[in-house]
Amino acid sequence: MKPPRFYYSAPSMLDEALALLDQNSENTKVLAGGQSFVPLLNMRLASPAYIVDINHIAELHYIEQEDGYLAIGATVRQRQVERSVLVQDKHPLLAEVIKHIGHMQIRNRGTVVGSIAHADPAAELPALLTCLNGEVLVQSIHGERVIKAEEFFTGYLSTALEPGEMLTEVRFPLIASKAGWAFLEFARRSGDYAMVGASAVVTPTADDHCLSAHIAYLGIAGAPIRGLDVESTIVGTTLDETALDAAAQAASMLVSDDMSDVHATVEFRRVLTGELTKRVLKTAWERRGL
Amino acid sequence: MQKQEEVTPLFSEEYDIALTVNGHRYERRVPVRLLLSDFLRHELHHTGTHVGCEHGVCGCCTVLLNGEAVRSCLMFAAQADGMVVTTIEGMAGTNSDLHPIQKAFQEKHGLQCGFCTPGIIMTVHAMLHENPNPSDEEIRHELSGNICRCTGYQNIVEAVKLAAMRLGEQKMEVE
Repeated sequence: MKPPRFYYSAPSMLDEALALLDQNSENTKVLAGGQSFVPLLNMRLASPAYIVDINHIAELHYIEQEDGYLAIGATVRQRQVERSVLVQDKHPLLAEVIKHIGHMQIRNRGTVVGSIAHADPAAELPALLTCLNGEVLVQSIHGERVIKAEEFFTGYLSTALEPGEMLTEVRFPLIASKAGWAFLEFARRSGDYAMVGASAVVTPTADDHCLSAHIAYLGIAGAPIRGLDVESTIVGTTLDETALDAAAQAASMLVSDDMSDVHATVEFRRVLTGELTKRVLKTAWERRGL
Repeated sequence: MQKQEEVTPLFSEEYDIALTVNGHRYERRVPVRLLLSDFLRHELHHTGTHVGCEHGVCGCCTVLLNGEAVRSCLMFAAQADGMVVTTIEGMAGTNSDLHPIQKAFQEKHGLQCGFCTPGIIMTVHAMLHENPNPSDEEIRHELSGNICRCTGYQNIVEAVKLAAMRLGEQKMEVE
């Protein structure tokens, strides 16, 4: 189908965009890469009266290393992050996760920040941001605020963004050099939405036990979900088979009862979640620094 | 119309664009909701760019935007203002010689009904530009965003390998 009628503006300054967004805040949407938003328009699942296209705003086009995190501005395309030497060098987990997003043609247009704002529970980047408990920078003409990932994702395609606010930057915390990391997902075909995916970071103690663990999932609930119970089963262990079995058991409990669809039943998702948990933790642990 | 000359851009339902498609410059006023795919097909009558699913899944509408493969159904013509677009019509030489990628698809029978082929050719063009000598696995991975219901993909992979070899030979001759 074709998109419904709307009014369009493509400002080149952030201030202008925020002012336009504020004018009709309840009925205005921001267009960045459009790889999730334009399908919603084409299928008439979304019909905003006004669209603010932010692609011309040069000041939102940056990838920068800040104190403890990598900051990515709202017009940076996923493909640019994938090719970025800075990202490959400073945030190999982010570089790894990016490769799993959609297809090359989608990553050429899709933005990192847009994926976070869209908050699809089956998407990779919201799960990664949840795993790292990163932050987002939200701006409006009235000011700005920084929101933690755990407070930002509020449900299916839902976030803490208020009308008139724009997500302008996502902050991915850097991973300590001794920590191991991994991302795995299971999809029937390369580039398809994964049925289940998991991102993990594990940090060892001096005597090589698990000091801390972060794990988060996509595709198992209405929002990206952190596996706190999974983390507590492996902290203090050496990630031996017993610990991994317990982690898998705890992980399978995280899958929502309503996660059955044409792609996978809830029972299958539970099995997948358990198995991916073992594999992702094992891989992350093998990559730890000694 | 609104554009750079005004200080505060206003909302509008039409937009003036100037873009280059297959080497030709076009200036048009378009409805803002007009998809790039429909602009190419209905405004410029370049009907080689096919529209299958119209929500970014099938890959038939893939074109090159400033050299990068993108879904033309997932952006508005207004967003292509100032950009360089290449479609399947821009692949063959001026005297109708097929592009080496097209020739390879013809020889290796890399198509049957041909509906998906324009999108696949554009994807392969972008792929071989970035990775001139891809493995079978890389070819299959990069083509995962283009769905073909006829061929079973075997001959498409063969065609891409032949095209890669010939483009490599061409490059060596030039050098």
